[in-house]
Amino acid sequence: MKYPLTEDERMIQKTARDFARRELAPVAIEANEKGIFPEGIFRKLGELGFMGVMVPEEYGGVNLGTFCLVLALEEINAVCASTGVTMSVHNSLTNWCILKYGSEKIRTRFLPSLASGEMLGAYAITESEAGSDVSAMRLSAVRKGNEYILNGAKIFISTGDKAGAIIVFARTDLGDRTKGISAFVVEPGSPGFSIGKIEKKMGLRASTTVEIVFEDCRVSADNLLGTEGMGMTIALAGLDGGRIGIAAQGVGIAQAALDEGVRFSRERKQFNTRIIDFQSTRWKIADMATAVEAARLLTYRAAKLRDAGEPCSKEAAMAKLFASCTANKVVYDALQMHGGVGYTEEFLIERLFRDARVTELYEGTSEIQRLVISKAVIDEFERTVPD
Amino acid sequence: MKILALLKRVPDTEAKILINQEGTGIKDEGIKYIINTYDEYAVEEGLRLKEKTGAASTVTVVCVGPEEATELIRTALAMGADDAVHVCDKALERPDPFVTAAVMAKAIKVEGFDIIFCGKQAIDDDMGQVQSILAEMLDIPQVNVATAFELAADAKRATVRRRVEGGDEKVETSLPVIVSCEKGLNDPRYASLPGIMKAKKKEIRKKTLADLGFSQTPGEARSTILRWLPPPKSSGCTMVKAEETRDAVKELVRLLREEAKVV
Repeated sequence: MKYPLTEDERMIQKTARDFARRELAPVAIEANEKGIFPEGIFRKLGELGFMGVMVPEEYGGVNLGTFCLVLALEEINAVCASTGVTMSVHNSLTNWCILKYGSEKIRTRFLPSLASGEMLGAYAITESEAGSDVSAMRLSAVRKGNEYILNGAKIFISTGDKAGAIIVFARTDLGDRTKGISAFVVEPGSPGFSIGKIEKKMGLRASTTVEIVFEDCRVSADNLLGTEGMGMTIALAGLDGGRIGIAAQGVGIAQAALDEGVRFSRERKQFNTRIIDFQSTRWKIADMATAVEAARLLTYRAAKLRDAGEPCSKEAAMAKLFASCTANKVVYDALQMHGGVGYTEEFLIERLFRDARVTELYEGTSEIQRLVISKAVIDEFERTVPD
Repeated sequence: MKILALLKRVPDTEAKILINQEGTGIKDEGIKYIINTYDEYAVEEGLRLKEKTGAASTVTVVCVGPEEATELIRTALAMGADDAVHVCDKALERPDPFVTAAVMAKAIKVEGFDIIFCGKQAIDDDMGQVQSILAEMLDIPQVNVATAFELAADAKRATVRRRVEGGDEKVETSLPVIVSCEKGLNDPRYASLPGIMKAKKKEIRKKTLADLGFSQTPGEARSTILRWLPPPKSSGCTMVKAEETRDAVKELVRLLREEAKVV
C-alpha cells in the first residue's frame, strides 16, 4: 500500500518483513502444525529490538512508538499470527503497563529482560465468569503486611505458561465493582502460583493459552501497579494499545490471505481459463484489497493518535473492529478462491482462516468494540450538539 | 584497521524488470531498490572483521549512486558500519564499470584503507568488473569470489577461500587487498531497531565529482550500452503426436533440425 513512511519507518518495516519471511516462515510451518511454541524466535526478535519497541533506552528498549510496532506486527502476523499475538501482548500490554504504571524498582527489575526477549510478558484479565463483563472478576487480592495474597483463577491467558511477568488484575475491594480492582506484576515462581488447563485451540496453535491458578499466591506489595483500585483504569488504558496491536494482526492476516488468493487464482485454470480472469474473482480481489487498505489506515490512525498522547479508545476500537472483521471476510473469500484445496493443510490459507477467527474474540469481542464506539459517538454528540 | 565496503543500489530481486520504450534502461515505476545482494556479504564481512580486530577498526561504506541510494547506505550503517562516502553527481547517470571504478578509486584514496570488501558482481547488470579495475587503479591485489576470509595474526596477510570447479582454492594475499564476496561467505545481519536509530547520527559524506577533483568527467567510459532488449518471448510449446513413438521421434528430430535449427 502506498503510504508516506519516513526513512526509519521503511527500514523498520523491511527488517520485520525480511525477518518474517526468512527466519520465521520456515519455523512457523512446523510450529503451527505440531503446536510447538517457537521459543527461539523471541530471543531473535529481542536482539532486533522488536520485544522492547516502546521501552525507553535506559531500560534496554528502542524508545519507538505504537506506529513502528504496528508496522512490525503487520509483517510478523502475515507469516505467523501465533508469534504475532505473543509479540503484541508482550509489547503493548505487559511492557507498556509496567512502563506506565510500575514503580522505578519494578521497571528496572522487569523491563530489561522483557525488552531483550529473554523474558516474555502476559496479561491476565479474563475469568470463567468475567469475559466481556470484566468488572465481574472475582480473583481476590488481600493485603497482608508487605504482601498481597491472591486466590482464584484466570483463564485464556496468552503466553501464561511461558511468561516471566504477568500483569494480573485482581479484586482488592469486594464492595465496588470497578474501583475495587487492582493490577499486579506476578512472577510464575511465586508460591501458590500454578498453571491449570492448557487450551487446545482452533487456531494460533504456535501460541499458548492457559489457565492460571492462584492458591494463597503471595505477591510483594512492590509489584502493585499504580495504586490500589486503579486496576480498571490500567486495564482499559492498556487495552487501547492492545487493540491497535490486534488490529495490526488483522491487517497482517488479511494481507497474507489476499496475497495467497491472488497467487493461487493466477495459477489455477478451470474451463481453460485462469480463475483470476473470471469476473467473480476480480470483484472479490477489488473488495478484499480495498478493505485491507481501509483497515490498515484505521490502524495507522489509531497508532498515531496514541503516539501523540491523545485519547484514542474509540479509534482503537474502530481499528480493531474493522480490521478483525476484514481479516475474517478476506480469509473467507481467499479460501473460496482456492476451492477445495483451500480446505486442506497443504495451503497456507487454511491456517490463515483458522487464525483470523480469534481476532474478533480477544481483547474485546466485536460486540464490545461496538459498545465502546457507540458510547463514544453518543457522548461526542451530547457534548457538541445543543439540545 | 580501516575497512571499506563497496555498495551498489540495484532493483529488488523480486522486481519485475521491464525495458523502457526507448531501450535505454528499465522502467523505474513501481520498482523497489535494495542493496546489491553480494554487497550485503561485503558489509557483513567488514563488520565481522571489525568485531574481530577490535575497537580501533572502522567500516566505511563507499557508494557511487543516485540521491535515492542514501536510504540503502543508511541501512548498511544500521547494520553497524561506522560512516559512509556517497558519490552522487548528475554527471554520473549510468556510469560504465570503468567510470565507476575511477570515481571510487579517487574517493578511496582520500579515505585510505587496509582492506576493501565488495560484491563479486552487481545483480542488475552482472558486469563484475569494478573490483578488478579498481584493484588495477589502486595497484593492490584482488581476490575474487571469496567464500571464506581469515586475517593472519600479524594483520598483514589474509587467507581467502574461493570456490572453483570441483573444489576450493585457498589463496594467501598481502594487505591491502580487495576481496569480492560470494554467497555463502557469511549470513548478513538485519538492520536492528537500535541500529536503525543509531544510524541516524552517523555521517554520510556526500561528494560530487568536483569535490573529488574531477574537472569534468572521471575519464571516458570504455563501454557503452547501445540498447536494452527484453529476452525473446517463449513461443509456447508444440506437442508432437503420432501413433507410433518411432514416428513421433522422427517428427521431433525434424522439427529440431528444420524449425528450431538446433541440431
